Amino acid sequence: MQKRAVFGHRLLPYLLLAPQIAVTLVFFYWPASQAVWQSFLLQDAFGLSTRFVWFENYRALFSDPAYYNTIVVTFVFSAAVSALSLSIALLLAVMADKPLRGATAYRTLLIWPYAVAPAVAGVLWIFMFQPSLGILARGLRTLGVDWNPLLDGTHAMILVIMAAAWKQISYNFLFFLAGLQAIPKSVIEAAAIDGARPVRRFWTIVFPLLSPTTFFLLVVNIVYAFFDTFGIIDAMTGGGPSKATETLVYKVYQDGRLGGDLGGSAAQSVILMVIVIALTAVQFRYIERRVTY
Amino acid sequence: MAGVTFREVRKIYAGGIEAVKGVSFAVPDGAFCVLVGPSGCGKSTLLRMVAGVETVTAGEIRIGERVVNDIEPAERDIAMVFQNYALYPHMTVYNNMAYGLRNRGVPKPEIDRLVREAARILEITELLKRKPRELSGGQRQRVAMGRAIVRQPKAFLFDEPLSNLDAKLRVSMRVEIKKLQRQFGTTSIYVTHDQLEAMTLADMLVVMNAGRIEQIGAPLEVYERPATTFVATFIGAPPMNLLRLAAAELSGLLGASAAVPPEGGILGVRPEDLVLAPAGARSDGGLALPLTVETVERVGPESFVYGRLARGGDVIVRIPGAAAPSFGEQAVAIAPRHKLHVFSADGSRRINS
Ligand SMILES: Nc1ncnc2c1ncn2[C@@H]1O[C@H](COP(=O)(O)OP(=O)(O)OP(=O)(O)O)[C@@H](O)[C@H]1O
Ligand SMILES: [Mg+2]
Repeated sequence: MQKRAVFGHRLLPYLLLAPQIAVTLVFFYWPASQAVWQSFLLQDAFGLSTRFVWFENYRALFSDPAYYNTIVVTFVFSAAVSALSLSIALLLAVMADKPLRGATAYRTLLIWPYAVAPAVAGVLWIFMFQPSLGILARGLRTLGVDWNPLLDGTHAMILVIMAAAWKQISYNFLFFLAGLQAIPKSVIEAAAIDGARPVRRFWTIVFPLLSPTTFFLLVVNIVYAFFDTFGIIDAMTGGGPSKATETLVYKVYQDGRLGGDLGGSAAQSVILMVIVIALTAVQFRYIERRVTY
Repeated sequence: MAGVTFREVRKIYAGGIEAVKGVSFAVPDGAFCVLVGPSGCGKSTLLRMVAGVETVTAGEIRIGERVVNDIEPAERDIAMVFQNYALYPHMTVYNNMAYGLRNRGVPKPEIDRLVREAARILEITELLKRKPRELSGGQRQRVAMGRAIVRQPKAFLFDEPLSNLDAKLRVSMRVEIKKLQRQFGTTSIYVTHDQLEAMTLADMLVVMNAGRIEQIGAPLEVYERPATTFVATFIGAPPMNLLRLAAAELSGLLGASAAVPPEGGILGVRPEDLVLAPAGARSDGGLALPLTVETVERVGPESFVYGRLARGGDVIVRIPGAAAPSFGEQAVAIAPRHKLHVFSADGSRRINS
């Protein structure tokens, strides 16, 4: 159902929209256009002169093997974070959907991680997996794993993936739970009577009916892994060791802020911007055409 | 195929609500059993326990010889038609019907044959490629029926399958369900609170009230000899008239031979068994109730006269045609003795035969 407000004055709606538009202009369009402009510029090493170089920054970027390495790292990281957080959240939601005693407490506990700030989450995981002191790291040692995320790139990657996924589980869980509860109980019962045991029921009925939710969450999680994990990576590994955990967003920061390559950094931001716009477009298109059963 | 037997079946829900309070009866193999009763009396609960989607708190349910209390719904080999049809929204009609067969590992050509056969019987062949959301309510109902018959299960369970249809469709589907059940000879348990459905479909009518069985019998038997005042007023429309009578009045009416309890009892007489006579008329040996006409409902082939009794209380008389008395007229409602029903004072027991 659509609600239609009636305004007394023709200007009033624009006036009411003005603050929102102003905020968007100042905090999004302005910096975005700055980034685009910046990406066409090249500064000398001392920041004394600036030259307009067209696509030189982009060309440099795509001929740099380090950039491809970062793309691979980002891809692996995002895929792993999304897969891990989605599957664990789905598993937990399926368990929480059953009418159990203490289900409310269980659900509340599951929502907590979402309220933890990314950097804090990172620090928490660092403590647990700190090679010499962390409880879990020591556990791994006793199992014969030479755990050292400070030196081993794969270990570092696993660590940031786990921390980032853990943070996102709550969000996914809530959506999955809502999605599960929207499936009519009688449909599941009909499937049970039709001879489908729980596992088969899940894959043939529940999972397909959940697919709109899953797709929505997949996009959200990819965007999260691309952009919102900056704090976790910064707190835990700083992109290291030797760039093993440097994602695209982290590289923007690394090159621009620390490396002083403003033009290259801006070019990277523009590429990221294009990626996020593409993801959002896919999302919107899908939601618009989304089948409602 | 198999009969279904209930032995002292109870259901207490998690909240402590006792929905079914010890129910025992047997539905013979191939019979069409209809469960009726007012809303909340536990009909659906009982049916869902047979299906296995609700646990049995105590007692025993058997399908055929097998006790099914702890058996998964998947292994009970029954089919259920839900009130909201519960079709699988993401599957075509064909797949909705094929789903149960696939789960049981029926070979593909056989599935195809069975689905097409069921679709032909229900005249939904041209709908096989559609999704449930592209169907009308009546068509969905047919698909739900198709999903049930395609598997040729041991028993059909229906939970108010027609209540979402319009009146006309309901009548034709009712006839069709009865026809299908005869054709397949499958034991069926059907829940409804529509009397007409109950009376026309049932071989065996089970009247429930507040988690207990009030009466079991053939529909006409229940209509003609209701076991309690609850059944008497629940079956039949408009409901049976009930009058509280003292012991002396009762034995006067029934004759000295009848065993009348000292605290008196409740007299029942159906509106259709009463005849309106002019004021002052008497009934030889039967019931004669002087009344003043209050309202008349004319529905065409018959009319319902609502009267206020001279002795206190109300009465409904059903008369043929539209030639009914008008408001304020005095009349006498008369019924022969063999049309009277007598119940114990608390209404829990029938006294006369
Ligand atoms: N899942 C449940 N949890 C707790 N109580 C329930 C549950 N389902 C039903 N009840 C209660 O059990 C009683 C019987 O319910 P049931 O659904 O069997 O009634 P019904 O005879 O089918 O009624 P209707 O004709 O309205 O469908 C009701 O009092 C109902 O409130
Ligand atoms: Mg019900």
